[in-house]
Amino acid sequence: MAEVLLRVTGLVAGYAAPVAGPLGFELRRGEILGLAGPNGAGKSTLLKALWGGVRVFGGHIEKAPGLAISHQAQGFDDLRGVPLTGRELLGLTGATPDGLPPWLAGRLGERLDRLSGGQLQFLRLWACLAVPADLILLDEPTNNLDRAGVAYLADWLGRAHSGQGIVVVSHDHGLIDAVCTRVVEVGA
Amino acid sequence: MNFDLLLDPLFRVPFLTGLLLAALLPLIGMYLRLRHEWLAALAFAQMASAGALLAMVAGWPMILGGVLAALVAALAKGLMARAGAYALMMLLAWGGGVLLVANHPLAEQAGHALFDGQLYFTGDGHLLAAGIACAVVVPLLSWLSRPLLLGRLFPEFYRARGLDARPRLMLFDLIAGLSVALATVSLGVMAAFALVFVPPLVAYRFARSWRAGMALSAVIGMGGYSVSFAVSLGLDQPFGPVCAVVLVMLVASASLDPSRM
Repeated sequence: MAEVLLRVTGLVAGYAAPVAGPLGFELRRGEILGLAGPNGAGKSTLLKALWGGVRVFGGHIEKAPGLAISHQAQGFDDLRGVPLTGRELLGLTGATPDGLPPWLAGRLGERLDRLSGGQLQFLRLWACLAVPADLILLDEPTNNLDRAGVAYLADWLGRAHSGQGIVVVSHDHGLIDAVCTRVVEVGA
Repeated sequence: MNFDLLLDPLFRVPFLTGLLLAALLPLIGMYLRLRHEWLAALAFAQMASAGALLAMVAGWPMILGGVLAALVAALAKGLMARAGAYALMMLLAWGGGVLLVANHPLAEQAGHALFDGQLYFTGDGHLLAAGIACAVVVPLLSWLSRPLLLGRLFPEFYRARGLDARPRLMLFDLIAGLSVALATVSLGVMAAFALVFVPPLVAYRFARSWRAGMALSAVIGMGGYSVSFAVSLGLDQPFGPVCAVVLVMLVASASLDPSRM
């Protein structure tokens, strides 16, 4: 049986006060876990709690020793006017360009503000996905992606990634159904 | 007009001092602009100016007072981490500096020199300090580049990995404060600010990559500075205002949209 990367029990998280939880699950290497639930249920807050991005009010998070986490957050700073290429962006997080879709692989030498919104979003997502990490946390990864990007992401996630565990928060039920090996409901 | 002065050995040390700083300041400015903190450069310059005046009144070397004041400003900025901190520092430095100038006969002359830029009166000590600053700051900036860029593009990168990027970001604040302080006591307040602000503005618009942007901003800084030095010396004008005007004309000639600055 694959190694347990994350064991979460009774997790309650929030900011000034608790806003989400309780949540419990176990994630093994090679699994893709979906966090589903209605808007406002606190899925993104719970995802952030897994790496310490928000305050934990209750419960327990047990991580495998030396667990390397990569987190793709919702919403990005506007990068218009910043002279950074796609290749430089991937280099920052240590992401490999191997496996990029052909419609993006040939444009890595261009400035980010020369890419379409969908291409830029996919590249930012890729910078968090294709990194040497044990656990990848994806928060609404299909937001602002064009159709080609969503299809490529679903295909990439659907292929076996035995070396990593992935937790996905998404309102896109099609993506959750297509790629997740297990789904945990988060109550409102 | 007397452009023969450009060949006078007397002006070699001032020219080289300014040239080193004109290469360094735009590099700092690239990252300040990235972090939406370019106004911090003006706050550092104002604080350095007030510190230099205070040091002169106290009988200390002006360069020491300027550097210490800018380092205090950098620390305060790092600890407060709020844009309003820059404005408060600028107001404090401006008020303190003007009061010193108004109440101390020596400070009046030095105050004008700091505002206008006293580049022609810089000596070997300034050149040595500028050389050391370049030798230390450029490799440090290269090392800090990744955390600074990640801080803007992926602010959660280090925390998600259980690492704390704040010490490195504070180190950047310190070297930015130090560099701007050195430039302020050599080039003047507004010339130092102009060299931090304008070359990156043009480089962000035209560079094809971050690396190219760094190189372009340094080239623009050195080019603009050299033209300013020649014009101010040849026409017997104060260096600081000439430098500011030349750099702003560069922006205008590059047809940059002021609404996007």
